[in-house]
Amino acid sequence: MTEASIWEQILDFSNRANPYPFYDELRRTPVTRLPDGSYLVSTYAEIAALLHDPRVSSDISRNPAAAAAGAAAVGDDGDGPGMSPTFLSMDPPDHDKFRRITMRHFGPPATPGRVAGMEARMAEIVTDLVDTMAAHPRIDVVDDLAYPLPVTVICELLGVPPGDEQRFRVWVEVALQSTDPGLDPETQQKKRAEAGRELRAFMEELVEAHRRSPGPDLLSAMVTDDGPEGRMPDEQLVSTGLLLLIAGHETTVNLISNGALTLLRHPAELQRLRNDPDLAIPMVEELLRYEPPVHFVPFRTALDDIDIAGTTIPAGASLTLLLASGNRDPAHVTDPDLFIPDRRNNQHLGFGGGIHLCFGAPLARLEAQIALTAFATRLENPRLVSDPPPYRPSPFLRGPAHLLIDIDGVAPHQ
Amino acid sequence: MRILVDLTKCQGYAQCAFLAPDVFTIQGDEALTYDPHPDGAHLQRVRRAAAACPVQAIRLEEPDGQDGWPHPATRPATAAPVEDSGGTFRRTGRIVIVGASMAGLRAAERLREEGFTGSLTLVGQEPHEPYDRPPLSKQVLSGSAPLEDTSLPRRRDIRATWRLGMAATGLDLAAKQLHLADGSRIGFDKLLITTGLRARPWPNPGEAALAGVMTLRTREDAATLRQHLARRPRRVLVIGAGFIGCEVASVCRELDLPVTVAEAGPAPLVAALGGVIGAVAGELQTDNGVDLRCGVRVLSLEGDATGQLCRAVLSDGTTLQVDVAVAALGSVRNVEWLADSGLACGVWGVACDAGCRAFDANGLVTDDVFVAGDIARAPQPMYGYQYLAVEHWGNAISQAEVAAHNMVSGETERWPHLEVPKFWSVQFGTEIKSVGVPSVADEVAIVQGSVDTKRFLAVYGYKGRIVAAVAFNQNKWLDFYEPLIEQAAPFPPAFRHVDESVQARPEPAGFKPAVSPTQDATVVVTGHDPNERRARLTNTAAGETPSRRPAESTPRLKEASP
Repeated sequence: MTEASIWEQILDFSNRANPYPFYDELRRTPVTRLPDGSYLVSTYAEIAALLHDPRVSSDISRNPAAAAAGAAAVGDDGDGPGMSPTFLSMDPPDHDKFRRITMRHFGPPATPGRVAGMEARMAEIVTDLVDTMAAHPRIDVVDDLAYPLPVTVICELLGVPPGDEQRFRVWVEVALQSTDPGLDPETQQKKRAEAGRELRAFMEELVEAHRRSPGPDLLSAMVTDDGPEGRMPDEQLVSTGLLLLIAGHETTVNLISNGALTLLRHPAELQRLRNDPDLAIPMVEELLRYEPPVHFVPFRTALDDIDIAGTTIPAGASLTLLLASGNRDPAHVTDPDLFIPDRRNNQHLGFGGGIHLCFGAPLARLEAQIALTAFATRLENPRLVSDPPPYRPSPFLRGPAHLLIDIDGVAPHQ
Repeated sequence: MRILVDLTKCQGYAQCAFLAPDVFTIQGDEALTYDPHPDGAHLQRVRRAAAACPVQAIRLEEPDGQDGWPHPATRPATAAPVEDSGGTFRRTGRIVIVGASMAGLRAAERLREEGFTGSLTLVGQEPHEPYDRPPLSKQVLSGSAPLEDTSLPRRRDIRATWRLGMAATGLDLAAKQLHLADGSRIGFDKLLITTGLRARPWPNPGEAALAGVMTLRTREDAATLRQHLARRPRRVLVIGAGFIGCEVASVCRELDLPVTVAEAGPAPLVAALGGVIGAVAGELQTDNGVDLRCGVRVLSLEGDATGQLCRAVLSDGTTLQVDVAVAALGSVRNVEWLADSGLACGVWGVACDAGCRAFDANGLVTDDVFVAGDIARAPQPMYGYQYLAVEHWGNAISQAEVAAHNMVSGETERWPHLEVPKFWSVQFGTEIKSVGVPSVADEVAIVQGSVDTKRFLAVYGYKGRIVAAVAFNQNKWLDFYEPLIEQAAPFPPAFRHVDESVQARPEPAGFKPAVSPTQDATVVVTGHDPNERRARLTNTAAGETPSRRPAESTPRLKEASP
């Protein structure tokens, strides 16, 4: 099979449940040229190097493939048609500046305690969600835990009123469907434009509301409180708000549901976590390596000829970095296909790397640790209804659409 | 619970500061400081922080003294003992390590990891167990971390005999004995020398003895200076703007204390970074309210009737009312005790091969004497095989690991020490980080970012090849430049990249005219300054069987000179 057809196999929805054998094949050639002139990078060292390579641009306006696709995919970032780019699709110095302006209200150095301070609230949300499961012998891990936890957390963090989630959920779903490579480009664009319009209107309204009556939340801070580098332009406030809202939960849903699925497939490790809840800390890192929610980074651009692993990636070429493949590169990690919850020295690509390392990583880590600990310690005799479960369409934001399990009951909260 | 962060690895991702904000702090864009001995109540959060570190730079020691979250070794241990290196030695040999600081401890840990089960003795001049020095000029001085908390976390029980508070006074290679200050001797099969540096004192002994005049190198120094700063002196005088001087000035401003920095050169950090980047470091100081005076010498320090420092007279004609003066004049290598050992040692350190095996004064490699850390002067393949001693934290660790491995490994299993030198400094909320050896450069180009915002990356070139890169608050890009240095890629870099600087044109780096240690030198291995053009050799008398022997028993000494 040629590399191009291996890539088609990865994108093929019928292989969504297990793309890893195809990654194994791709890694035989660290850098692969596809028929459309873009390049895939599949090995750890090369991906890590390119994430730190200043000749690689994240500026979406410099990317030929993104231009051809009409716009960046909503879901990975907030950018949609007509939307102002976020720091995710910018290069320094703009990237650094706008990321700093956003970080100012979210984390160190200006707001160091915000995420750690949400731990108790996260635990409370999880406790309530699990308590509710007691009445049901069959639950959907996605709908009943993996989705509501991060969406509640990000809404409370941003200051999205309870109930609004119903409004944006449907448009996020449409936007994510638009990334399905099984659809024809025209339908993709149409869906994307439609979702983009609705989401933008939603966020514009929200931004305006927070400007009128600010609260203690992050959006209010972003629209009212200027740091030393000033405020974002309004257009960008809207797109950044959407980025935080969507990327702030869509990926964590997959992390938690992939995690629950992995634990159910490894009963001995599930039992270990039950006995030692602190195991969740390294285990989430292993999940980020073994079953990462984001499988690849698209739309990077070579600004110059880049010689890597015996291949020259020409200036102007579009790059896709296969994070999930790098995570299982045997040249980087021993026994890459084994799930080892307390794996040592776990340096993975689950959150990317370099200056674009996932903005919300600390939030996702904490949410996943709390959710999976509760999953292991409170659900009695959980068992999969079907394996593999049905998957969501996206090949790069990969996770189950539903994860049905049967349980014998729920242990009381300790 | 003790913590150590390998700040050479840290890329400022701040995951630790998010997850354990009471323990890890980010200053400015990416400069990490941390409490090295946090309260046990923070254990879970610290574990989260350590697990989340994208480059796995955080090492913890669990309360029971075992390392619960082991730090990765730089390389895997050799699987099986190599018989030709003497399986017997691995089991029952005697190893002595002189110098009980970072390099000494890490070497000891590594020896045990490699399966060495013989006797292990650590000799240290200071009375303390090994401690970490970088926090002394930062967290400890600012009062954010208590002094006693800087002891290094242990990776494992090293089952060693400790001889702390005991200086080594001599080395008898023929008898394989180490002489100690109390007159005792310790026999060894193999010896590792990691005696490192001490601060260069203020040259006038009478003035150096004034209360308030000090250096900063040891725990005691840090404690004394901390006490002085806590008493809020009228003004602090920092003499010398190398890294220690700059960091002390930074802490003074952090504590809102008036501080004057007197630097004889044209800018701070010139020896390490050159005049161009040094000027930027100077702006950091003046922007933060330091009274920086370059091209200025301190002529005298004066005390009051009680022997307390009260005034300093400067070469710019001014007199300062100061209560505290920190002499930050660089360091002196602790080599004196080796003077008669026959090893190739001098003020530049102890010469060794790429595998950390010491040379004798004639350039013969020893079999059983190894050297690591600040004192080890080894050939640098990337820099024309010049013998360079690297005084960086990360170098002490990597050399210690290589030395320890080679001490218990057979000829074909040994490792060379080929790490590209790296250092970091945190001052005025800015992280300064470097890869390569900037000081060998003749030119510098600011390729990314801008010096105006103090966020930039500078590349250093020597004769058209890249030899180093220095980042101010841009350290996530440094990994890209390391292989370019290893490959001696063309300078200035000609490729297109993000955030291209408008100041990218190369200019003279502004180092003092360099002495190339190998250029025209008569003999360099002996450790004399090549400018002296002399070497001290230890020939054997005619008719004797050639053997390595200590210098004092050598019948004939030859001074070679041009």
